[in-house]
Amino acid sequence: MDRKAGRMPGGREGILAAEEPTRDPTGRGLMAQRGPASSEPVTAGPPEVSLTIPVAPEMEIVATAQADALGEYMDMSRDKIDEVKLALVEACINAFEHAHTEDNQVHITFRVGGPKGRCLEIEVRDRGHGFDAEGVESPTPQKTFEERRRRGWGLHIIKSLMDEVEITSGEWGTRILMRKYK
Amino acid sequence: MSETCKVSVERRGDVAILWTDGYINNQGGEEIAREAYSELERGARALVMNLEKTRIVNSIGISILIEVLEKVMERKAVLAFCGLTPTIDKTFRIMGLAQYAAIYPTEDEALAAVAATA
Repeated sequence: MDRKAGRMPGGREGILAAEEPTRDPTGRGLMAQRGPASSEPVTAGPPEVSLTIPVAPEMEIVATAQADALGEYMDMSRDKIDEVKLALVEACINAFEHAHTEDNQVHITFRVGGPKGRCLEIEVRDRGHGFDAEGVESPTPQKTFEERRRRGWGLHIIKSLMDEVEITSGEWGTRILMRKYK
Repeated sequence: MSETCKVSVERRGDVAILWTDGYINNQGGEEIAREAYSELERGARALVMNLEKTRIVNSIGISILIEVLEKVMERKAVLAFCGLTPTIDKTFRIMGLAQYAAIYPTEDEALAAVAATA
């Protein structure tokens, strides 16, 4: 069964039943929202940007440029934008290193939402092998320095820098959904 | 596009100052490590790393900085960081670097502190 480990506001963590995100009929990405029927007037929705990056060195920096632009659009503080960018870098390199994706791509969706547009939500997805999100051992400085186990900090850093994090993983791949409030 | 970190070094007596400019990932971390090890080989007793021109790091880059710190500690030398953005400062503290290396707001403060201990 797919499982989802998440951290909610105030540091509360939980394991939630998980489902594979709804994909669009083309298989290219998630259906972010249901579109209006053709007879309905088209209205502007909340800002949303989708980006696909190849698994290649420094491509995570391409993604951070988008986070930078949306953070400034939201008038988010520079320090919070930097935290979002660092968390996004970790989510991307986690996918690069561990997903072993068949399409060699990482798919990222940025959404500005929440009350008064105060939330920047970023979804990082890969179609790799997935992993046991709740079985990841938490790193500690003691393990890092005394046992010389220096890697494995990515998810911990993401959870520390973002306000809310949900990690869903299964045979279909991995999705890291993270939110930062300005 | 290249965000690869550039490292410049200046030696002042027993103290080596390393300035970084750019993204500290695995390549950037290795470049810093190369320069740091070279200065240790040349007898430096203290390293000051000024990161004021680095806006972003990743956990791989920091893990290499931890290796440098371990080498510095083995040689009973001193490592100090300065010029960190609040986010990099926070990440260093999360990963425990701040428990084993000193962090100062400015280069002058870092140099004054290592001069007293090196």
